[in-house]
Amino acid sequence: MSGANDPYDPKQVAALSQESLEGALTLGVAAFSNAADLEQLAAVRPDHLGDRAPLLLARRELGALPPAARSDAGKRLNSVLGDLKRAYAERLTQLEAERDARVLAEERVDVTLPWDRTPRGARHPLTTLTDRIADIFVGMGYEVADGPELEAEWLNFDALNIGPDHPSRSMMDTFFVAPEDSGLVLRTHTSPVQARTMLDRQPPIYVVAPGRVYRTDELDATHLPVFHQVEGLAIDKGLTMAHLRGTLDHLARQLFGPDARTRWRPHFFPFTEPSAEFDVWFPEHRDGPQWVEWGGCGMVNPRVLRACGIDADQYSGFAFGMGIERALQFRSAVSDMHDIAEADIRFTKAFGVEQ
Amino acid sequence: MKVPVSWLAELVDLPAGITVEELDTAFVRLGFEVEEIVRPPATTGPLVVGKVLEIEELTGFKKPIRYCQVEVGESAPRGIVCGARNFAVGDLVVAALPGAVLPGDFAIAARTTYDHVSDGMICSVRELGIGEDHAGILVLGQEGFEPGAPAADVLGLDDVVFDLDVTPDRGYAMSMRGIARDLAGVLGVSWRDPADLPLPDWSGAPAWEVAVADPERCDRFSLLALEGLDPAAPSPWALRQRLAQCGVRSISLAVDVTNYVMLELGQPMHAFDRDTVRGPITVRTATAGERLTTLDGVDRALTDDDLLITDESGPIGMAGVMGGASTEIGSTSDGRATTAVLLEAAHWEPAGISRGVRRHRLPSEAGKRFERGTDPEVTVVALARAAGLLVEHGGARVVGAPVDVDTRESGYGIALDVSLPARIAGVPYARAQVVEALEAIGATVDGDGDTVRVTPPSWRGDLLEPADLVEEVVRFRGFDEIPSILPTAPPGGGLTERQRRRRSIGRALADAGYVEAPAFPFIGTPQLDALGLPEDDDRRRVNTVRNPLSEEAPALRTTLLPGLLASLARNLARGQRDVALFEHGSVFPGGERTTAPLPGVDRRPDDTTLAALLGAVPAQPWHVAVALTGQREPRGWWGPGRPAEWADAIQAARVVAEAAGAELTVRAGERAPWHPGRCAELLVGDRVVGYAGELHPKVCESLGLPPRTSVMELDGDAFPVPTVPQAPPISTFPPVLFDLAFVVAGDQSAAEFEATVREAAGELLESLRLFDVYTGPSLPEHSKSLAYAVTLRAPDRTLSGEEAAEVRERVIAAAREQGAELRG
Repeated sequence: MSGANDPYDPKQVAALSQESLEGALTLGVAAFSNAADLEQLAAVRPDHLGDRAPLLLARRELGALPPAARSDAGKRLNSVLGDLKRAYAERLTQLEAERDARVLAEERVDVTLPWDRTPRGARHPLTTLTDRIADIFVGMGYEVADGPELEAEWLNFDALNIGPDHPSRSMMDTFFVAPEDSGLVLRTHTSPVQARTMLDRQPPIYVVAPGRVYRTDELDATHLPVFHQVEGLAIDKGLTMAHLRGTLDHLARQLFGPDARTRWRPHFFPFTEPSAEFDVWFPEHRDGPQWVEWGGCGMVNPRVLRACGIDADQYSGFAFGMGIERALQFRSAVSDMHDIAEADIRFTKAFGVEQ
Repeated sequence: MKVPVSWLAELVDLPAGITVEELDTAFVRLGFEVEEIVRPPATTGPLVVGKVLEIEELTGFKKPIRYCQVEVGESAPRGIVCGARNFAVGDLVVAALPGAVLPGDFAIAARTTYDHVSDGMICSVRELGIGEDHAGILVLGQEGFEPGAPAADVLGLDDVVFDLDVTPDRGYAMSMRGIARDLAGVLGVSWRDPADLPLPDWSGAPAWEVAVADPERCDRFSLLALEGLDPAAPSPWALRQRLAQCGVRSISLAVDVTNYVMLELGQPMHAFDRDTVRGPITVRTATAGERLTTLDGVDRALTDDDLLITDESGPIGMAGVMGGASTEIGSTSDGRATTAVLLEAAHWEPAGISRGVRRHRLPSEAGKRFERGTDPEVTVVALARAAGLLVEHGGARVVGAPVDVDTRESGYGIALDVSLPARIAGVPYARAQVVEALEAIGATVDGDGDTVRVTPPSWRGDLLEPADLVEEVVRFRGFDEIPSILPTAPPGGGLTERQRRRRSIGRALADAGYVEAPAFPFIGTPQLDALGLPEDDDRRRVNTVRNPLSEEAPALRTTLLPGLLASLARNLARGQRDVALFEHGSVFPGGERTTAPLPGVDRRPDDTTLAALLGAVPAQPWHVAVALTGQREPRGWWGPGRPAEWADAIQAARVVAEAAGAELTVRAGERAPWHPGRCAELLVGDRVVGYAGELHPKVCESLGLPPRTSVMELDGDAFPVPTVPQAPPISTFPPVLFDLAFVVAGDQSAAEFEATVREAAGELLESLRLFDVYTGPSLPEHSKSLAYAVTLRAPDRTLSGEEAAEVRERVIAAAREQGAELRG
């Protein structure tokens, strides 16, 4: 090492010679690139970039040089040192990336493993379909009305123009409630909700009433003693059968696709006049697109309006009703009503938590 | 109503070449649902009319056998062996010749039988597939057909029969006459009214003395007497064939004729054996204690609502429902040969007939027509038509003039605004179209102003109001004309809170792993016994159905559990192990009830009546229940599963309450069918809303359910309407977290202890969570440790250590007062 004030020739300071600098660089670069992992890289770093590494020791010699020579030597040293640091940084980045990749690879799991630790349940498709239908009507501005299943005979029949001796009263296969004079039945249709609504308030009325109904049919593949209907009622000024058709067509499209529509056949219901049964064109039927019988509809019989205290001269209205099981049956290709009634979880879960 | 096309074609000028499909469409368009299109059975090969020339009785076999010579239009007759005996020489029969194939792939060939070659077969209606009658072979009569003529035409084998479902308002369509008129109208072709008969010029005194004591229920009663009827005269084949096509069994000429006229004109008739009728006939209601043995041999007690035909001996028939046995027409075969008959055709008030049919459970073709309303105009026409047939085929002659007690009021008119059909249908019908449609159904339309007077035809007793006329117009014009226009309802309020809540609860339970399992709501005492309900349990007070599907389950459920547990058992029986079910729906508690009134329907019931009506309908609360068994969480590669237990059932109640926006309190309870030590009483405020926990072991045993099956049931209607949630302050200052464990008495309720801790901790408590319950040897006997994670936080500052310590000390002090010690 030279003293600070020694006159001197840089060429004589061997450590700062170009050969020496480049030799140190070559050695350093080789050492870094030979380091196989971050530990080895860390281990060789002091030898080449540490305080006692040749290049950093050489830097100490700079102060002994005359200004002109110091400037030249400093430039050369910094350039070499910069190259070596870059080589180190590059190798470090490279090894870190390799390490990260290895760790992530080691942490790989089988993402196909099941994790059904708390299996989900399901609502019954009758419930979800009922909700869906109700929502379609709510979207049209309707309200959802409820009524009791154990119902006054008067509301189930008389108020709906089904007099005590009317043949259709005995055709309704009614469950009567004891004692004989109770005046109560298990409602045979959701239509008493119509009567309740009209007795309760004045038009305009736009309600839909889904619910459970009863008929004395034995359970078989096509009949249920307990089933569900959805009833609709609209009473307003100037309502026509065209509005009824528009409403049913809209419902059909919402439930069964944009090509669905309805077709009507004249029929008889005591509480509507004119009355019709309607079929729905169901393009997605499993046996090919076809008309499917679905429900009944008509213009509310003025006799019903009168019995419920609504001015039949001022207001008209329509009513309709259809079976939810029936809709579920053809919409979801249910072949046996037992499956709807028997609460087998395999059936219900197939429909998912939400439908 | 069965409608043979051949019969229809006699009445309606059907367009040439009209197809079965086109007729089908026309019927549907008219509102007659086609239940079935009956096509005649397929028969091929030679089937001809044969004439029996000779009969040789063969003996020496197990049964009498005949060997017949039958002329079939060939050069020589054919020999045919036949086992039936109901025919004679000269009879025309139907012969299937070798090569013919009858329905059921029954191939006819010449074969040797009973030592003779049988060169064909003489057929019965059953073998021909055109009826069920197997009593003997089909005899067509002695003349009218040529031997050798193809039998297919005679038998109607090219005829199609439509089975139409006639709605209860259209009594007139229970006849060929009514169907023909409607069909002609909708097809726009002409037709012939079979009731348009010239009445014979009957003369002489009325044939019988008749009085109608109840003109309200019988406004027309017509009677005609005939004598000299040949009781052995068979019904002609053409008539029998029609009856068979229409599903009516042939009985005797007199009965067949009345049935035929009923099918043709829609007027049911009754034939009395005149010689058994004693004195004048009176139509009156029964007096108490009277009895009548009806045609079916049943001795029936009568009520004062039963309308009767009576003579001096008493009741001889239940008007419009069923005739009496004492005056029944007899035929030669049953040894009571009737030669003189009284034919009755009447118009009865429909509702009375309907009551009678139901009271005596005697549905019949006649009853079906009378309760729907018949045409009062045709009683005498029907008598004339029937008499004509009996004269022609039975050698009878009419005696005297008909009796016709006619007290009908004159017809009524309906004022119809001619624009009403258009306003109801939403189709711009022209005035002429309205009038045309009404005239097509037989109404007369008078007036040329905006309002016309419509007189409905006599057979349309169902047309009473303008709306009824509108229906006819729309029906005739066709529903396809009605456009599709979506009306604009006034803006609605969406679902109600209750409806929203019911959905939320269902969804929450489904999310929590429960599968919805709706069950029929019928139960019986055995199911309630199986739950171990005490005798005085309120769930044993039931509403009962008078006509249950099953005598075992005549009552309506008062609890969801029987149905839910049955669904659980069914799933287990089908091989499931881990099942968690829920149901929600109405229950029907019994109890004292008032009788629901039956007010009139001409106007709204007054408020008092309406209140009584609505008040008589029992409350039907909406319950929610769950039942679960097996593994609540399944075992998996993560480790073992967790069995379903009492705590899951109680948690289900919390899930329900949370979905309902209600705060649920849980405390120990005791109620069947729960395990007395594992039953939680569920409260909202002070009100008990339900129970949850493990089923009593005995209940599991008696229902065949796995031990530890757990259930919950609560009254979903008992939750108060939730208030609007208020936003809590969200503090952004740091929390202070620490754990506290207490040693408490072994029977200490965790919920109560937690309430103590919460109260002591005060407002700074952000959350308190029980993270461990421990019992073990390191604790004193009969005690347990409850360990809580506590989070404190202030809304407006960072809590100091002193503040947190103060809370901690307060909690420890309060716990100590409860007898709890801080666990070291």
